[in-house]
Amino acid sequence: MRIEKPAQAGTLESNDIYVQILPNPREEIEIRLKSVVMLQFGKQIRQVAMQTLNEKGITSCILNLEDKGALDYTIRARIESAVERSLC
Amino acid sequence: MLRRSALFMPGNNPAMLLSASILGSDCIIFDLEDSVSLNQKDSARLLVKHAIETLDFGNVEVVVRINPVSSQEWKQDLREIVPVYPDAIMIPKACKEDVEEIERFIFEIEEEKQLTKKVKLMIIVETAYGIETIVETLRCSRRIECVLLGAEDLTTDLGIKRTKEGHEIDYARAKVAMAARAFSIQAMDTPFTDVEDREGLVKDTLHAKSLGFSAKACIHPNQIDAVHAVFDPTQSEIDAAIEILEERDRALALGLGVFSIHGKMIDLPVIQRAQNIVDLARKTGKRK
Repeated sequence: MRIEKPAQAGTLESNDIYVQILPNPREEIEIRLKSVVMLQFGKQIRQVAMQTLNEKGITSCILNLEDKGALDYTIRARIESAVERSLC
Repeated sequence: MLRRSALFMPGNNPAMLLSASILGSDCIIFDLEDSVSLNQKDSARLLVKHAIETLDFGNVEVVVRINPVSSQEWKQDLREIVPVYPDAIMIPKACKEDVEEIERFIFEIEEEKQLTKKVKLMIIVETAYGIETIVETLRCSRRIECVLLGAEDLTTDLGIKRTKEGHEIDYARAKVAMAARAFSIQAMDTPFTDVEDREGLVKDTLHAKSLGFSAKACIHPNQIDAVHAVFDPTQSEIDAAIEILEERDRALALGLGVFSIHGKMIDLPVIQRAQNIVDLARKTGKRK
């Protein structure tokens, strides 16, 4: 499923993550990540993001993530929110 | 389950959800209603859902306050939250009609998802109609475990000013405490809204306790200790209760129905009160 409409979720507060999901002209998922813990958890955050998008059936989008130390469940919840807002 | 305090936490704040279990409250209420803005309701319910699925809250009771039946949100709140097994769902602005409608919908979700544990209900009575029909509401569902008086909305509904002294809610407090007791349901008192006034909080909690409330809702972590201190039995109360129960055992062994301690006759209600104090002391860890 392609993302056709931009949407966002989350905040820039501590322990949260700001998520922006956008249409991608290419048939692929592109994740752009900024994180206060990029060195330690960058790879893990990308994995959680990709897994969440796969579970939601998304095949094409640009996902901008600005992480302020969110745990996995918060990342999941915020991405799900953004996807559902985009699809509604 | 020990429930002296219940701390409200905004459902859309990850940092607060994360610290929920270490703040000392017996119960935490993740709020999807008043503390979440209209355009964040969807996000809050997903965050609370994933938090409950993921975090270990230990012995802390986890409750989710959903949006009222008058809103567009309550069904989706229940669809997301009930399957992750919170300890209870809290229903705002409760009345019989709403509780019945919500329970029917919960039952549908439990059947559809084949859930193995039935979720409990806590209700907030916070309208004049809710107060005046509380008996019908408490009678309509066996899931109800606790009833919370919501004084802020109630005084708004009545068009009167809410004061620290709280005389304006005396009738509502008495009615809620009495009705709850009649159905063996716990009565929880309304939050004290001045989070800086510890003395006022203690006074307010003592007053609620004197009317039959055994718990109080909190809106700030710094209120929890004061609330527990009021509801916990004192050492002298525990000692006196133990003495009564020991004398009861002696009297039973001698085949006596009634006995006295320090010249005061001890009968069944006094024994029951003593047992309640010892039970509460055990739960709070004050007696092994």
